[in-house]
Amino acid sequence: MIVEIGHFALVLALAVALVQMALPAWGAQVRDGRLMQVAEPAAFAQLGLIALAFAALTYGYVTSDFSVENVWANSHSDKPLLYKISGVWGNHEGSMLLWVLILALFGAAVAFYGTNLPESLRANVLAVQAGIAVAFLAFIVFASNPFSRIPLQPEGRGLNPILQDPALAFHPPFLYAGYVGLSVSFAFAVAALIEGRTDAAWARWVRPWTLAAWVCLTLGIAMGSWWAYYELGWGGWWFWDPVENASFMPWLAATALLHSALVMEKREALKVWTILLAILAFSLSLIGTFLVRSGVLTSVHAFAVDPRRGIFILAILVILIGGALALYAWRAPQLKQGQLFAPISREGMLVLNNVLLTVACATVFVGTLYPMALESLTGDKISVGPPYFNATFGPLMGLLLLAVPFGPMLAWKRGDLLGGLQRLLAAAAVAAVALVATCALYWRGPWLAPFGVALAVWVMAGAVTEWTSRIRLFTSSAGDSLRRALGLPRSAHGAVLAHLGVGIAVLGIVATTAWQSETVLALKPGQVGEVAGYSFIFHGVGVGQGPNYSEQLGRFSVTRGGAPVTALTPSKRTFETPRQTTTEAGIHAAWGGDLYIVLGDALPDGAFVVRAYFHPLVRLIWLGAVVMALGGALSLLDRRLRVGAPRRSARRHAVAAPSPAE
Amino acid sequence: MRGNGRMANGEWRVASLAPAIRHWPFAIRHLAVALAAIFIALSPVQAVEPGEKLKDAALEARARGISQELRCVVCQNQSIDDSSAPLAHDLRVIVRERLVAGDSDAQVLAFVEARYGSFVLLRPRLKPETVLLWLTPLLLLGGAAAYLIRARRRPAGAPAETAPLSPEEQRRLAQLMGEAPSAPAHRHPR
Repeated sequence: MIVEIGHFALVLALAVALVQMALPAWGAQVRDGRLMQVAEPAAFAQLGLIALAFAALTYGYVTSDFSVENVWANSHSDKPLLYKISGVWGNHEGSMLLWVLILALFGAAVAFYGTNLPESLRANVLAVQAGIAVAFLAFIVFASNPFSRIPLQPEGRGLNPILQDPALAFHPPFLYAGYVGLSVSFAFAVAALIEGRTDAAWARWVRPWTLAAWVCLTLGIAMGSWWAYYELGWGGWWFWDPVENASFMPWLAATALLHSALVMEKREALKVWTILLAILAFSLSLIGTFLVRSGVLTSVHAFAVDPRRGIFILAILVILIGGALALYAWRAPQLKQGQLFAPISREGMLVLNNVLLTVACATVFVGTLYPMALESLTGDKISVGPPYFNATFGPLMGLLLLAVPFGPMLAWKRGDLLGGLQRLLAAAAVAAVALVATCALYWRGPWLAPFGVALAVWVMAGAVTEWTSRIRLFTSSAGDSLRRALGLPRSAHGAVLAHLGVGIAVLGIVATTAWQSETVLALKPGQVGEVAGYSFIFHGVGVGQGPNYSEQLGRFSVTRGGAPVTALTPSKRTFETPRQTTTEAGIHAAWGGDLYIVLGDALPDGAFVVRAYFHPLVRLIWLGAVVMALGGALSLLDRRLRVGAPRRSARRHAVAAPSPAE
Repeated sequence: MRGNGRMANGEWRVASLAPAIRHWPFAIRHLAVALAAIFIALSPVQAVEPGEKLKDAALEARARGISQELRCVVCQNQSIDDSSAPLAHDLRVIVRERLVAGDSDAQVLAFVEARYGSFVLLRPRLKPETVLLWLTPLLLLGGAAAYLIRARRRPAGAPAETAPLSPEEQRRLAQLMGEAPSAPAHRHPR
């Protein structure tokens, strides 16, 4: 019964979304306040109904109601509660429900916080949001119903064991919050095109939403990568897999959007471009959804296996993206062009940032879709793998990282490159020292690696330099510096932190890529292996029992230079339903890097295959991502950027606009 | 439905299943449907096996480098260096045999390509049908540069920033300044 109520609520949500799409937009067109006001209660009602539907499905999972097909196919009564709940979105139908739930949450948040938006803008934004909701709700109701019933089954088929992991339980909600959060920027862009009006206030309204989506996307991607690192058994953390790229492209576009919206907000420049980026960022989220769902990635033929869903998503894609781009082509030329600026200026650097990020994003896009396009056009099958992406994406990012510290050092409108360089002298010196030191330490290693390290240090030192120069650390009294640090807007701290995070992550990526070491051995109990200065003694294999799996535990004690370090127990877990084995690596984390031991198969002579890796500084990759996200969150707390920024500050901004960079 | 480890002809291949699991975190939304149906014991992901390694460390390092350039053709987007599929094992052995026989890296890649087709190369060769793939970054960078240069040349003459304010703008400026006396008018550059 509860499940049926959920189903009913979902259909009702579709009806509400239809109303929310049509009436407010019509009202904004004919300037009818009452029609426009429909948007707000409709957005809340939509959230309530979808939340009810989601709760009903979750109830089905928690109570293991195996008369619901979706629950039966993806759950098992033995699963721990956390994975019963995360099982709700561990499958196609449930994850689509999560998608629309988050969409409704963002819609309601716009309705709630947007009370000071111009009435027609708010009505249009909420109508566009509802339009997206209509498309996806219809998709769920007509092509991916999670509530369909089957005759009651005694037991479920279980959730894939590989997904029964805490990081994976929370990876999809964060990723979706990022994808869907970009729909708000998209809705704002389309609404601005409908109204034919954009200004600094528009950018100020859009930026917090983009920022929130970007923070979620950063964390979601990092979580997926972290999970892959410790769960998949060899310590890889990024594979340039199409499904990863699908989440990475919106991140790149959102990063570009954050920076161009900054230019638009402060200088009223790059308006038309910012609108286009807002449309593209969400379009890439939609394309990501399409890529993953329709099956075209596996093979162009898979599309025909289950064409209904694929064609449905393709239709959504064409209507939403095509519609928005057509509107853009029609209305964008009428938008007022913005302010001019010299190439050497903060705007100029942000344009460079946008060019490089967009080209990088396009490269990932082309690399991901090229094999598919080529095969459907000519029948030729080619592979585009990590070597391609490293060769193209790598240099673009190198250029970008080189430029990052300059941006904040240049003044708006017309900057002084020499002056900027002078202020960055200390940072450049630190980077040069890092270059020489790494060359000296690892002179036989890959020749690019020291430059990568120097680049990472350059970005970090640049971020620190910006911070110290803004609070006049060392050039002013400590009290004055403290006063300045407290007076600095949170978004300034946030930007410094985010750039610092980029440097940290790059350092981790370079170090672990260039200097990881590994060894593969066949060990019998009592034998010793060595990797990167660690010795590990294999004591044999024991057995253990988990809630829904049994496991083989390899016991190792690790020493370094004769001194005991730790004991590691990498394991192999065998799940019953579905019958499948997973590996759990034994990881010892230290400042210098991770010792990572994996237990392999038993060999006929009683030995076990043992793989041991040393991943230097690998944790910096995720630490960097977390620092980036913290920087974004800090910016989000900025009073000036408060969601739906108050009018008072918008006016203050209008007054302050002609003044040069702070 | 996208079947992890499912071959284009619809057959399930055990060999391609184990390696495919690494795509799941990002493909979480569709996979349980595809996979719940299979009750096959899967071995965890394993790559190079102890018996395969060459004695010569330099040669082995080259073999690893080449392995990362070659796709395990029954897997999903995985190199033979990462894959535990039997076919990947066979290819790793072939690569090492060719290296021991004295082939250069390029010769080994050409040898494998001749037998498995260009699908096996993770770094597609530059040829007519991949020109667009390789040139995209350069074309876009060039296009952006050309556009920016043109856009900069267009407003020949006085830049807008030195254009005098219209009376209306001056009135509005005065009004704004009057409203906020603390506004730092003196900080205005001109």
